[in-house]
Amino acid sequence: MDLAIQISLTVNGVAVSRRVEPRQSLVDFLRYGLELTGSHVGCEHGVCGACTVRVDGAIARGCLMLAVQCDGCRVETIEGVAGTGEVFDLQQAFAQENALQCGFCTPGMLLTAQDLLARKPAASAQEIREALSGNYCRCTGYHAIVEAVRKTAEARGRA
Amino acid sequence: MSRIEKGRSYIGESVVRPQTARLLAGRGVFTDDVVLPRMLHVAFVRSPHAHARMLSIDSTEARTLPGVVAVVTGEEMAPVCSGWVGTLAHFQGMKSAMQRPLAVGKASWQGEPVAAVVAESRAIAEDGVSRVRVEWEPLPAVTDPETALDPSTPVIHPELGDNLAFKLELKSGDADAAFKSADAVLTETFTMGRHTGVTLEARAILADFDPSERRLTVYHSFQSPNMMQDILARHLGLPEQDVRVICKDVGGSFGIKVHIYPDEMATCTLSVMLGRPVKFTADRLESFVSDIHAREHRVKAELAVKRDGTILGMRVDDLSGIGPYSVYPRTSAVEGNQTIRLTPGVYRFRDYSARLSVVFQNKTPMCQYRAVGHPIAFAVMEAMVDRAARELNLDPVEVRRKNYVTAEMYPHTSQTGYFFERLSHEEALDKLLEISDYRALCAERDARRAHRVYRGLGLCAFIELTTPGPAFYGVGGARISSQDGCTIKLEPSGKLTCMTGVTEQGQGTDTMIAQVVASAVGVAMEDVRVLTGDTMVSPYGGGTWASRGAGIGGEAALQTGKAIRANILKVAAAILQCEPEDLDIRLGKIVDALTGEVRLDLAELGRVAYFRPDTLPKDFQSELTVTRHYVPRHQGFAFTNGIQLSHVEVDVETGFVRLLKHWCVEDCGRIINPRLVDEQIRGAIVQGIGAALYEHLVYDEQGQLLTGTMMDYLVPMAAEMPEIVVGHVETPTAYAEGGFKGAGEAGTAGAPGAVLNAVNDALAPFGARVTSQPITPEVVLKALGAL
Repeated sequence: MDLAIQISLTVNGVAVSRRVEPRQSLVDFLRYGLELTGSHVGCEHGVCGACTVRVDGAIARGCLMLAVQCDGCRVETIEGVAGTGEVFDLQQAFAQENALQCGFCTPGMLLTAQDLLARKPAASAQEIREALSGNYCRCTGYHAIVEAVRKTAEARGRA
Repeated sequence: MSRIEKGRSYIGESVVRPQTARLLAGRGVFTDDVVLPRMLHVAFVRSPHAHARMLSIDSTEARTLPGVVAVVTGEEMAPVCSGWVGTLAHFQGMKSAMQRPLAVGKASWQGEPVAAVVAESRAIAEDGVSRVRVEWEPLPAVTDPETALDPSTPVIHPELGDNLAFKLELKSGDADAAFKSADAVLTETFTMGRHTGVTLEARAILADFDPSERRLTVYHSFQSPNMMQDILARHLGLPEQDVRVICKDVGGSFGIKVHIYPDEMATCTLSVMLGRPVKFTADRLESFVSDIHAREHRVKAELAVKRDGTILGMRVDDLSGIGPYSVYPRTSAVEGNQTIRLTPGVYRFRDYSARLSVVFQNKTPMCQYRAVGHPIAFAVMEAMVDRAARELNLDPVEVRRKNYVTAEMYPHTSQTGYFFERLSHEEALDKLLEISDYRALCAERDARRAHRVYRGLGLCAFIELTTPGPAFYGVGGARISSQDGCTIKLEPSGKLTCMTGVTEQGQGTDTMIAQVVASAVGVAMEDVRVLTGDTMVSPYGGGTWASRGAGIGGEAALQTGKAIRANILKVAAAILQCEPEDLDIRLGKIVDALTGEVRLDLAELGRVAYFRPDTLPKDFQSELTVTRHYVPRHQGFAFTNGIQLSHVEVDVETGFVRLLKHWCVEDCGRIINPRLVDEQIRGAIVQGIGAALYEHLVYDEQGQLLTGTMMDYLVPMAAEMPEIVVGHVETPTAYAEGGFKGAGEAGTAGAPGAVLNAVNDALAPFGARVTSQPITPEVVLKALGAL
């Protein structure tokens, strides 16, 4: 029995039409359906933030949304925001501070940080910690990540 | 190393890791990202019981599901992949039972894989799993280590006779005499909870067996590719050279990804059986029940002290439950062995006796995880030191100073036989007091107590075992390399390609190696490309564990760099018709050694050597690919040391512990990249803090894991973590030219003890103390008598 449903959406600015199973999560659709493997699967129950993507401009957990819910939506992934240069300064700051080690959490971390800085351009270190507290990183201990986001906020404030 | 001291070197520079660019762009390639033609996916039927006989497995319904390719049981897999026993010969009397890719006959922990469903997608494979019917006969579960050896407790593996995996007694001096002459004897029992690594990228493996050539290629999220190659070859009956293991990006490992897991062996066996690529990626729920667990200990400690704080002697009794099997091939006895051997090592007293019992139980197997044994050893030792200071009304700083192994005592052999070339406890302590302004923090703590704000300061001195030689595993019969090789090739363009046996999981191995190579040869770092983690091309090596990357891989890279530099200069001398000694390589150019005048570009040298050797003397052969190996021979381990300080505030109403700040001063020898070392330390400290305050694998009496999701098992997140200040003392080892030692685990070694001591310092006004971890609000309130 074929339960697949046709969906149409834009992903990183490109129009996409696919038939997807109703049970497929957004992140599985991105990873396996579209081969956008920059979004990672860490827990599949909404805790770790590794699958964070943007849906219609707001960050969302790719493991807690179904692909069919994104019919008609605008989805952006790390490949998209890296490709347009939108997070170039954040990427530079992360590299400079060594705010990533294995890099598995990094795409979700960048999207979450970018969302925070859009909402609160002058976020304090504690506000940064609170905003990132849904994104698990086992490698860094967070110190360098907070520094990278804080320095990016400062630099954007000066620009 | 002389070149490095001339200021033309990357050693000691906080160079940015070039490899981060693709990870930051979402272009990393982790094992689950690899897709092969005709690839299948496996999901496992796992035991719902901690201990149960399998009466039958009915896979009829699963087999008929469209998209399911095969359902395979343990009996069907056994002839293809031989079983294994996780013991080491140098652990006398150690025993464990035969383990197989899929359990045969009975399951021994909740989550043990018992059957495999292979399908066109992971989702269909999981559908298949739900259609496999296993008839179970539950058996009594052995869960409590305290009663595991009682005659009334069932024996998990009857063929072993009892539930004892390993026992060990150590004696140094005369502890009984020391206790008789003591002014005070302190006794404490510590309960340390089970936790696990929670790598953000779960374990993953993709096995691709080509039956036409009978060759197996495996993509694996793993720390030790040559170890996996060896084990797959032997257990699948394949020639070693026909097994290739490739570790692409690894999403965190921390010791979790260095063991042999039944489900991963099963995945490779399935590829051999089916002749198609088979992928297994653990989901988070199965990670919690199948990744190795760590650190379940009950430690009884007794300390004998004089009134002035001099430690006279110590007795330790460590009981550790390891699950139903000792994990292959490193064994599950190393954790306890290291715990009792490390415990007294910071201090000079000689009278020490220790006992270790390692017992089987029906829980997930336990094995080595970051800083093996260290966090338990130093939490116990340092909690005892702080308690002695408190009861004798002495300054905890001065009690440590009084008992340290001091600068004039090196080289020094510890109570348990560890050799210390040179450590720096006093310097590290002085530096820590300075950078933390410790005395001011103490005054502030005391002032706030009047206002019923309870802050605490906790010190934890530690040593760390790094850079292990062959005495660690090799002598016990485990085929795990303690030596590593490095190959450097000069490309015709004059750039260098470097392959190393040590591997990269985010710690910056490839950057560190490039810094060493560029410095040793005399080229720019961006002209060195480093490749790790492919058994087909990398020189043989051990990979990354026990903080060995810099100490062993770094030294091999240094020696290889020096060797290819000499060879390059020979080619240059042949071209320029002079002596190699008259030339040098600086910033990628051949220069006159005296004047620094540029004589030849490396690209021109490469062109001549590879494409116009006819222009060189007929008896001259250039050798522009060089391999060198290194193994530490002069000491068993390169020990490092350090001390941490935790500053906390305890809410005595709620029992909640707030981390205010954390400091660490450590000494890992000559530092290659300060920023990378600092970030290793910070990340490792947070892992230790997780163990101290949050992370706990809780089982019920039937052996059911109650904290099997990330909703129940708490990991440190950004909001709760403190600012972490890192300082250094540098005591290079003289046994290797580079002077490098390891740095990866020091943070985890000392953080739990520092937090434990800080909490107890905060609780001191109440005469209360905690002796178990994680230190949850419940533990604190119980200590305060409020629960």
